[in-house]
Amino acid sequence: MTMIAEQGAPAPAAARTPLLAVRGVKTYYGNIIALKGVDIDVHRGEIVTLIGANGAGKSTLMMTIFGKPQAREGSIVYDGRDITRMPTHEIARLGIAQSPEGRRVFPRMSVYENLQMGASVNNLAWFDEDLEKVCTIFPRLRERLQQRAGTLSGGEQQMLAIARALMSRPDLLLLDEPSLGLAPLIVRQIFEVIREVNAREGMTVFLVEQNAYHALKLAHRGYVMVNGLITMSGTGRELLADPQVKAAYLEGGHH
Amino acid sequence: MEVLVQQLINGVTLGAVYGLIAIGYTMVFGIIGMVNFAHGDVFMISAFIALIVFLAVTALAGLSGGVVFLALLAALIVSMVITSLYAWTIERIAYRKLRGSFRLAPLISAIGMSILLMNYVQVAQGSRNKPIPPVMRDTIPLFEQNGFVVAVSYKQVLIIAVTALLLGLFWYVVQKTPLGRAQRACEQDQKMAALLGINVDRTISITFVIGAALAAVAGTMFLTYYGVVVFSDGFVPGVKAFTAAVLGGIGSLPGAVLGGLLIGLIETLWSAYFSIDYKDVAAFSILAVVLVFMPQGLLGKPEVEKV
Ligand SMILES: Nc1ncnc2c1ncn2[C@@H]1O[C@H](COP(=O)(O)OP(=O)(O)OP(=O)(O)O)[C@@H](O)[C@H]1O
Ligand SMILES: [Mg+2]
Repeated sequence: MTMIAEQGAPAPAAARTPLLAVRGVKTYYGNIIALKGVDIDVHRGEIVTLIGANGAGKSTLMMTIFGKPQAREGSIVYDGRDITRMPTHEIARLGIAQSPEGRRVFPRMSVYENLQMGASVNNLAWFDEDLEKVCTIFPRLRERLQQRAGTLSGGEQQMLAIARALMSRPDLLLLDEPSLGLAPLIVRQIFEVIREVNAREGMTVFLVEQNAYHALKLAHRGYVMVNGLITMSGTGRELLADPQVKAAYLEGGHH
Repeated sequence: MEVLVQQLINGVTLGAVYGLIAIGYTMVFGIIGMVNFAHGDVFMISAFIALIVFLAVTALAGLSGGVVFLALLAALIVSMVITSLYAWTIERIAYRKLRGSFRLAPLISAIGMSILLMNYVQVAQGSRNKPIPPVMRDTIPLFEQNGFVVAVSYKQVLIIAVTALLLGLFWYVVQKTPLGRAQRACEQDQKMAALLGINVDRTISITFVIGAALAAVAGTMFLTYYGVVVFSDGFVPGVKAFTAAVLGGIGSLPGAVLGGLLIGLIETLWSAYFSIDYKDVAAFSILAVVLVFMPQGLLGKPEVEKV
């Protein structure tokens, strides 16, 4: 396979030490193994996407990076620091943010308070400025700042979950299925947002997606996970062109 | 009419005490889903600490009006601090390790902790009522009707005023400060709160501490009001405050206060008009009736949330 730089973005230098390095990570739920030795690199400035079937272990990996659950074997190094055994709230303070599977907005807090929670790692230092920014990205949130998050529509909750993650000004943004359950127009908008924060602010993004076609087009690089193991990796374009990936994840799935 | 007004005043005073204790039950339940059975005994301990401080100060400085006031203030503050330490320690040694295990484990531990605290005070302080010298016996007559003087005592004014003030402060902390926000976030989704950098264990500790500090306010008020405290005083007020929390809707802070006031009022009104012996039966019957028709309690959270 040839290396093709995607969408004119600088090709990430493989020689640099990665911002996030996952090495041989094994995660268990009780006695059941969910991750069977996962290796993943995410370099500064990249958009990396992870695709895989339901139950492959994608969300488990996202949560393992945050130590919930903790990896039983292997190591996770972020920005030169081993975070494998670090408590979750300390990991969050290193500049990683996650919009997790299932959105998990705080239902009985207002949209505004949810965003405050997102900025709490910085003690709301840039709150007003960042509030303005996310409200520009998602104008629907601006109209609903005082509404209880539990009463937002599914799509609005997803926007809030992403906005909340952005409020901490992360260096590394983890997104677990940000397009789930959204109308095509909103999906496109969310992918556009990811592209923009990456291009304009140099934010590194690690993304789990069912929407493999869009995700691989957006990403610099991608990984395919099957049954708790990484089975394939390459640039977004390489994976898009791969017959196996096409058959398993792209069939009829792109408009 | 005159009896009614007098009983309303008495009921609100008692209700303030129940409400303050009920907040501790409801907050802890809200954040870790556990009924902290030891909370009533923590309240009882706070009354003892207040008693000791009050006796110590008045033994040194006499019982003149100004000293009594300062002694009560000192008793309140010291009791809040030490009681908070008790609650913090209890959570650390008896509950935290059990948090991940099966649901009944912390509950059983809490019952054990309740018995332990009660017996510990019984051994240390004896089984008899411990009194403080009568203080603040003056009353403010409000009006007279049919030869019955409706009056509010200084104690009652103090209890209601301090309770209102602290509830206001507490409400502000919970609604408007980062601490309160973290607390509510942990209540709604601990895992997500941790992902946002909130130290969940510490937040839970703080919840216990706040609950205990408010119980200490109630304990000091209780001591001032009744003038005596005994090792078993954690039980009945504790159960009633828990009832108040359930009546108001467990997990709801305004509900705890409303429930406390209602239980206090039901109790005093029932004693005045019917039979003093059955006042507790009345309070619990009303609880049962309310729960039949409103299982969430009066101000409980609706079960249905869009997720
Ligand atoms: N809390 C849990 N307890 C036990 N097993 C779990 C738990 N969470 C996930 N699993 C199991 O771990 C495996 C991986 O789940 P995970 O949620 O990581 O998959 P996924 O790739 O994110 O799937 P999806 O695309 O459906 O979101 C699945 O077999 C799942 O049943
Ligand atoms: Mg998933």
